[in-house]
Amino acid sequence: MIVELGHFALVLALATAIYLTVVPIYGAQVGSARLMNVAAPAAGVLFLLTLLSFLSLVNAYVVSDFSVLNVWANSHTDKPLLYKITGVWGNHEGSMLLWVLILTLYGLAVALFSGNLPASLRARVLGVLGAVCVGFLLYIVTVSNPFERIPLDRAPVQGRGLNPILQDPALAAHPPLLYAGYVGFSVTFAFAIAALMEGKVDAAWARWVRPWTLAAWMFLTAGIAMGSWWAYYELGWGGWWFWDPVENASFMPWLAGVALLHSAIVVEKRNSLKVWTVLLAIVSFSLSLIGTFLVRSGVLSSVHAFAVDPERGVFILSLLVFFIGGSLFLYAIRANTLRTGGTFAPISREGALVVNNLLMSAATAAVFIGTLFPLVYEAVTGGGKITVGAPYFNLTFGILIMPLLLLIPVGPMLSWKRADLLPALQRLWVAAVAALIVAFFVVLWVDHRAFKAALGIGVGVWIVVGAIAEMLQRAMLFKAPLKVVLKRLATMPGQMLGMTLAHLGVGLVVMGAIISSTWKQELITSARPGETLKLAGFEITFLDESKVRGPDYVAEQARFQVKKDGRVLGIVTSEKRTFAGRAGMPTTEVGLMYFPTGDLYVAIGDKDSKGRVVRIYFNPFVYFLWLGAAFMVVGGITSLLDRRFRVGVPDRQKIPASAQPAQ
Amino acid sequence: MTRKQQRLILILSAMAFLSLAVGLILYALRDTIVFFYTPTEMAEKNVQPGTRLRLGGLVEKGSFRQGENGIIHFAVTDTNKSVKVTYKGVLPDLFREGQGVVAEGVLQPDGTFKADTVLAKHDEKYMPREVADSLKKQGLWKHAKDYGEYGADGAKAGKELTQ
Repeated sequence: MIVELGHFALVLALATAIYLTVVPIYGAQVGSARLMNVAAPAAGVLFLLTLLSFLSLVNAYVVSDFSVLNVWANSHTDKPLLYKITGVWGNHEGSMLLWVLILTLYGLAVALFSGNLPASLRARVLGVLGAVCVGFLLYIVTVSNPFERIPLDRAPVQGRGLNPILQDPALAAHPPLLYAGYVGFSVTFAFAIAALMEGKVDAAWARWVRPWTLAAWMFLTAGIAMGSWWAYYELGWGGWWFWDPVENASFMPWLAGVALLHSAIVVEKRNSLKVWTVLLAIVSFSLSLIGTFLVRSGVLSSVHAFAVDPERGVFILSLLVFFIGGSLFLYAIRANTLRTGGTFAPISREGALVVNNLLMSAATAAVFIGTLFPLVYEAVTGGGKITVGAPYFNLTFGILIMPLLLLIPVGPMLSWKRADLLPALQRLWVAAVAALIVAFFVVLWVDHRAFKAALGIGVGVWIVVGAIAEMLQRAMLFKAPLKVVLKRLATMPGQMLGMTLAHLGVGLVVMGAIISSTWKQELITSARPGETLKLAGFEITFLDESKVRGPDYVAEQARFQVKKDGRVLGIVTSEKRTFAGRAGMPTTEVGLMYFPTGDLYVAIGDKDSKGRVVRIYFNPFVYFLWLGAAFMVVGGITSLLDRRFRVGVPDRQKIPASAQPAQ
Repeated sequence: MTRKQQRLILILSAMAFLSLAVGLILYALRDTIVFFYTPTEMAEKNVQPGTRLRLGGLVEKGSFRQGENGIIHFAVTDTNKSVKVTYKGVLPDLFREGQGVVAEGVLQPDGTFKADTVLAKHDEKYMPREVADSLKKQGLWKHAKDYGEYGADGAKAGKELTQ
């Protein structure tokens, strides 16, 4: 009954979404305040209906109602409650419902916080969001119904269990975060489309768009980092990024989002680059849609694909064509109505941001082409199959991103409109010296052959020290008394602090990526209990093997004692788990021990004639990657808290801050 | 500089940069793409030794053997032809005889295939798409997605649990 209720609520949500699309946009067209005003309440109703539908599916999972096909295929009575709930989005149908739930939540948030927007812009933004909802709800209701029942006489008593590799805390949070990122770009997209309808883009528009872009980008950053971390410790391959099509699918909107964040600054501060920014907003959302398409349609051969299902593929492809094609068409006929703003010299803050956008776009395009090339090739040659692997991406992305990394500290040193390069570079001498010292140190003392890696680490140091130097110079260090400096630091605007933190994070990621991939040590061998293996100065003794039981799995567990310089540091365990209902799919549980210099990583494999296969890695400074991502996210939050983002408060004196909606 | 000139500089430098980027992408694509073949296609195309490629099919039943120095031997088959593969390293969790597999590596002069990466399917529903396609072509593909089988499978799981 509750399941049918959920299904019914979903159909009602579809009807509401159609209403939300048609009425307010028509109202804005004819200038009817009454019709425009229905947008906000309709967005609220839409969210409540979708929430009801989603909760009824969660309920079916919690009570293990196996007469629901989706629950049967992805759950099991012995599963811990957490994984019963996360199982809801550990599959295709449920995850699409989550997608729409987040979309309607964004709609509600826009409705709540947009009270001071011009009425027609608000109606159009909500209307466009409604249209996106219509597309996805239609998809769920027609070809991807999570509430489908198994005929009662055949209803099984036990479920098949969640895909075991998805049964993990990090992966419980990964899809919601990633979706919050993908879907967040729909708000930016809605603003872009509404602006094209209005024929107006101004600083106020940019001030509105930027926090939403920032929020979406932040969630995407966290989601990607979480996914990469999960791949690192769950797949047991010791790697953290594989240039897999699905990873690329989330990486492309992220790159476009970075470009959008930076170009929106130019619109806001200098009223320039408007046409380009609108295009970027459309592109970011299109890439999010393509990301969903790539993952959900199973069109690309990928380790993540849920299922190969052409019917759904065609539907998503039509959605894609409608939204991307439609918005680009609108862009083509309406973009010339947006008047261009201020000019700037090639060497200026704007110029630097343009260069950022060019490099970001080119890098996005390189990833895009590499990801989709096998598809195109297959279509053109009539079935010829090729793979574009890591070497392609490392080469193209690496070459395109390097100049951008070098420019990161320089951009913020340039002034708006017109700037001189030399003084800006002079202010960065500390960063340059630090980078050179570290690079020389690496080549001379650590590894004579690692010339390229030393350069890369130097770039990382350049970014980190450059970001800090910029912040300290902004605080007038050595130019003003210490008290003034501290005060300036404490009252630094959130936007500036956010930028410093995010750039610092990029530097950390660069260093982590280069160090961990250059000096990774690995040992793959077979061993019996009692044997001692040596890697990276560690002595790892295989203690024993035993069978252990979890709530819904049995596992073979191996324990290893870790010693360094004769001192016992502790014990790591690795498991091979077999889950109820998924006997054909064992998973590896990696044993990890963290050190300031890196991670010791132990994974066991199958048994062979010489004992058990053991994989040991030492991944130096790999945690810099996740630390860097955390810096970016914290930077995003800091920037979001900046009071200047609160629309309509250019000046604190005029309106008390408490009268403003929280951002 | 006038507004027009400034914009012209911007557009021209952007174009120059983008054409460089496109050149880089094309160059990288030419040098790094890897072709995918089934054992039958490999024989038909007369692939030269030393070529890097992806070989996909099923792990032939009874072909798996653990050799000296951790080298693993198995054969990849599409039931028509099969190719012997050697691999040193750890096989993925889901590597099984009779199941789908993709091996990337280099064809040796003696006709064997030296793999440096072995990918198996990721869960029981999923199979590398290339393998699924070639199995479909040969009529060996089994469709598991209808209620009858779901019901039967579920009932079986239930029985196992009550025993």
